[in-house]
Amino acid sequence: MAAADTREVILEARELTREFDGVKALDRFSFKLHRGEVLGLLGANGAGKTTAMNCLLGLTLPTSGELEAFGKPLHAHRIEILRRANFSSAYTALPGNLLVWQNLLVFARIYGVPNPKQKIAELLDLLEIPHLDKRVTGQLSAGESTRVNLVKAFLNDPELLMLDEPTASLDPDIADKVRKVVRKVQRERSIGILYTSHNMRDIEEVCDRVIFLHKGKIVCEGTPAQIMARSSSNSLEDVFIKIARDGEIVDEPEKEKAS
Amino acid sequence: MSFRIISALVLRYLFLYTRTPMRLVELVFWPLVDLVVWGNVTVFIQKNSDAQFGGFILFFLGAMILWDILFRAQQGVAISFLEDVWTRNLLNVFVAPVRTAEYLSATFAVGFLRILVTVVVMSLVSWIGYSFNIFQLQWWLLPFFLNLMVFGWALGMISTALILRWGQAAESLAWAVPFFIQPVVCVFYRVEDMPAWAQPIAWCFPATPIFEGMREVMVTGVMSWNHLWLAGGLNVIYLALAGWLFAWVLNLTRKRGLLTKFATQ
Ligand SMILES: Nc1ncnc2c1ncn2[C@@H]1O[C@H](COP(=O)(O)OP(=O)(O)OP(=O)(O)O)[C@@H](O)[C@H]1O
Ligand SMILES: [Mg+2]
Repeated sequence: MAAADTREVILEARELTREFDGVKALDRFSFKLHRGEVLGLLGANGAGKTTAMNCLLGLTLPTSGELEAFGKPLHAHRIEILRRANFSSAYTALPGNLLVWQNLLVFARIYGVPNPKQKIAELLDLLEIPHLDKRVTGQLSAGESTRVNLVKAFLNDPELLMLDEPTASLDPDIADKVRKVVRKVQRERSIGILYTSHNMRDIEEVCDRVIFLHKGKIVCEGTPAQIMARSSSNSLEDVFIKIARDGEIVDEPEKEKAS
Repeated sequence: MSFRIISALVLRYLFLYTRTPMRLVELVFWPLVDLVVWGNVTVFIQKNSDAQFGGFILFFLGAMILWDILFRAQQGVAISFLEDVWTRNLLNVFVAPVRTAEYLSATFAVGFLRILVTVVVMSLVSWIGYSFNIFQLQWWLLPFFLNLMVFGWALGMISTALILRWGQAAESLAWAVPFFIQPVVCVFYRVEDMPAWAQPIAWCFPATPIFEGMREVMVTGVMSWNHLWLAGGLNVIYLALAGWLFAWVLNLTRKRGLLTKFATQ
């Protein structure tokens, strides 16, 4: 186990369970996210990652369990918490019929960003897309719109950021740039990030700590290095495949004992 | 309630209307078609019947313009919500610190702006084409406008709740809801012209006393205060019930986990 993290806990789930028609998409899922920490949520398709994020954003109510952000119960303080958080996913979009700057200006106003125009310009520069500001949002390529979504997600200087597959559909070059930007901003501002991805490069480079979910349950947890060591794998990809197929990582020493 | 957030959401709709002028055409085109068809029909009837039908054209055109206040207010609310669904923007809005009341208020404001566009154009055309001056309703126009708009908002929230509950399959309801009630709120005829059993139903809707009042004002120059009080009172009830229904359905979709499916489908 890693040494206890003494940083402030900004997001915590206790025994979070979410059923859909009797099937548990999340099964007593508990975790803590600290300020300035990037926590990766991994697992096969349908493992429950998006469900977890939706519960944490207050979009889906949990069947049971407790959620807290910044030390306050999520549902009673949803608006207050959302002011300090943000979200981006490859599966949502900003209104396609508006220009990029129009969309960003609307969200900057919603979040009450001081000097919105300047802030937007800074973030567009940071993500290396200043040339996109007068483009029609709906005509952007997938990679371009992902980066515009990230600008939206950084607008309110969130302390807590949820990114659901932010690098899906990005080419390796852009994915690399996005990872570096996320990491840079995250370090500078000490943002806590919950990050899901199917791209193991992402996880290895960006995440401080990883949780593997399988059918809604945590099957293992730790830094990428610890997890690889524990399962005697050379890469997270191997760990991922083992978990997806067997539902657990069987520790090699135990396997030897058994045989 | 934050005015900043409401105005930001309204700004989004204003951007939308400036980006896609076709939406403005829709606001003006159908009302004009209606106006011209009914205007001509009443002119025809007037020419071919005796003098007692003289007031017809006033009743018809007045009713049509007032009906559009209700209809545009309802559309403003329902279509604004659908815009967010169509553009997959709903999640962005729901993960932003936007209260339900702020979101709804923004759609109300859009409803108000839509009414202004339609009503101004219709009033001008009916005045130029049929010498019908909507301002003959004088100051009564103000309570008529307010009451019909508020009832339109309530109907808009009900339509939106139905769409939230049944998904985009229920989209056509966004257009249909006002027309479900059109026959019973006596837009184009008097309550006493309805079958006796239907009359009590008619009085359950705040639009009915307004349309009755409009005809009273056209004939006598005043309307009964009782009608006005009835409309106002019913509106308060409808607005509260519709708001409650919307909030309840929104919570239900959260419980069932449908909000996210719905917003990204
Ligand atoms: N609204 C819903 N109604 C019914 N079942 C749902 C709903 N949302 C999610 N599920 C189910 O819950 C399970 C977990 O889904 P979830 O979207 O959280 O997976 P995921 O880990 O994000 O997968 P992916 O990697 O494919 O994005 C799946 O079996 C899914 O079918
Ligand atoms: Mg997912």
